[in-house]
Amino acid sequence: MKKRFRIKKRLNRSVGGDVGVYIFIILLGLFMAFPIVYAISNAFKPFHELFIFPPRFFVKEPTFENFSDMFNVMSSSWVPFSRNIFNTFFVTALGTVFHIFAASLAAYALAKFKFPGNKVIFEIIVLSLMFAASVTDIPRFIIMSKLDMIDSYRAMYIPPIQAPLGLYLMKQFMETLIPDSLLEAARIDGKSEFGIFWSIVMPLVKPAWLTLTILSIQSLWNTTGGAYIYSEELKTIPVAMNQIIASGIARAGVGAAVSVFMMVVPVVVFIVSQNQIIETMATSGMKE
Amino acid sequence: MAVENTIKEKARPKKKGLWKEIKKNNIAYLFLAPYFILFFIFTVLPVLVSLALSFTYFNILEPPKWTFLDNYLRMFLEDPDFLQAVKNTFVYAVIVGPVGYLISLMVAWFINELNTKVRAVVILLFYAPSISGTVYLVWKLMFSSDSYGYLNGTLLKLGVISRAIHWLQDPKYILGIVIIVGLWMSLGTSFLAFVAGLQGIDKSMYEAGAVDGIKNRWQELWYITLPTMKPQLMFGAVMSITAALGVSDIATNIAGLPSVQNAGLTIVNHLIDYGWMRFEMGYASAIATVLFVLMVILNKFVQRLLRKIGS
Repeated sequence: MKKRFRIKKRLNRSVGGDVGVYIFIILLGLFMAFPIVYAISNAFKPFHELFIFPPRFFVKEPTFENFSDMFNVMSSSWVPFSRNIFNTFFVTALGTVFHIFAASLAAYALAKFKFPGNKVIFEIIVLSLMFAASVTDIPRFIIMSKLDMIDSYRAMYIPPIQAPLGLYLMKQFMETLIPDSLLEAARIDGKSEFGIFWSIVMPLVKPAWLTLTILSIQSLWNTTGGAYIYSEELKTIPVAMNQIIASGIARAGVGAAVSVFMMVVPVVVFIVSQNQIIETMATSGMKE
Repeated sequence: MAVENTIKEKARPKKKGLWKEIKKNNIAYLFLAPYFILFFIFTVLPVLVSLALSFTYFNILEPPKWTFLDNYLRMFLEDPDFLQAVKNTFVYAVIVGPVGYLISLMVAWFINELNTKVRAVVILLFYAPSISGTVYLVWKLMFSSDSYGYLNGTLLKLGVISRAIHWLQDPKYILGIVIIVGLWMSLGTSFLAFVAGLQGIDKSMYEAGAVDGIKNRWQELWYITLPTMKPQLMFGAVMSITAALGVSDIATNIAGLPSVQNAGLTIVNHLIDYGWMRFEMGYASAIATVLFVLMVILNKFVQRLLRKIGS
């Protein structure tokens, strides 16, 4: 009886195939985990452990030295590290909030209003997913300098507001998830269009804006400002980190500490919102 | 039939009707406005400006000079570095694009049957490299040229090699290492889309399939799973292709810019080199235009290919 139940549950699955699958997953999992574990292990290594032969994978005498050094080294540099941290938080928070608001509002219009131009606009959005933003870097720089945005916070948080992936995912999600009848009922109740968007649609699409949050953090948290930023006091954590690493072997431990520090925020956000993100991705499909 | 006709008539209003439609939906245009003004300024306009600049000589200081096709001719006839960059980018994209895509699909498919908690951990493990920012720089440490580099140190200790290998300075290895790092980071947005697509498949379809004579997991994958999640497959393909052809940071940070004998030079690297270091904005725009066209064409082609799945 028990055996029959098993067979029924595992349709079209052979034991040999299962073993193969697990071996594949485990090997690949080790490959994925190895560099991350190594990076974390390095961040806790005291200086003398970073340069031994043969190199050790795991830390022997873990220490927080590198993390405290991270703050010491950088607070003694020209611009205190706290300023870099503030910059990164500020740009990430502002860019993410504006991105979610603007993209959701536009997505709502595209998903739920049948107006002339709707289809064309959405096709342009899909087309813009098909090329990397780096191909537009140069004219973007020229346009930004005309708008007097160079070397300001605006250069870092305004362009990411219009990231097309966020609008695309939000529109697909709203289209699938929000019933038209609900909106009609609210209209009959005399709610304003913006009121409907804000108090009915937005709470319903929470999974989608959590997804937009992680995608936005992913790019903004690591932003360097590229060619747009040259003032020391506007530089972000990744820029400060590159400067430390560039200053040579003596700072190797601190460099490892910073990169682990940088990893924590996006990973924690992802852990917290994983289920909602996957719920959003279920509607991400492209129709023919 | 009759219903279809009335819909068609409604969808194609006359001129007066069109204006009415626009007015009726003015709130929709208002909602679109904040996003679209920015989208126009930072995406649409740059594409157009880039196209226009690609026919000029422009160094930011002087106004652009019209040079017609010079930039394009120079690119393909007089710039061996560009051809090297195209070659590197193609080798990278041909490997990391499809292999990363297939790994994403396979992993998503294999872990679909695990219980929810284990699956959540596995998803995090595979997705983490693509969100952990600069942690990939640890690869540089692993491939470091001195005997403190993890790989060199381990190989020396085991006696496989007798002298440290200059992994990141030897043109033989550079592109290979960039590809390994690229693959490591390739389980991104498309991976999540596949996980979600698989979870959405109705289990009863598999039972029905078994009755119809599907015998193993591969037949099940080809005849039921893949056709059902075709929209996610198309979306994932766009993400993978665009990311693979646009590779630049990984190559710059791992191999350096310039890398030894340009072994790690990609198209975007070359564009950055001309745009930001030599200030030849016209030429850089021409490179950008070629890359743009390449990405869009390849995407359209793969979309057409994916439509054939399961048929």
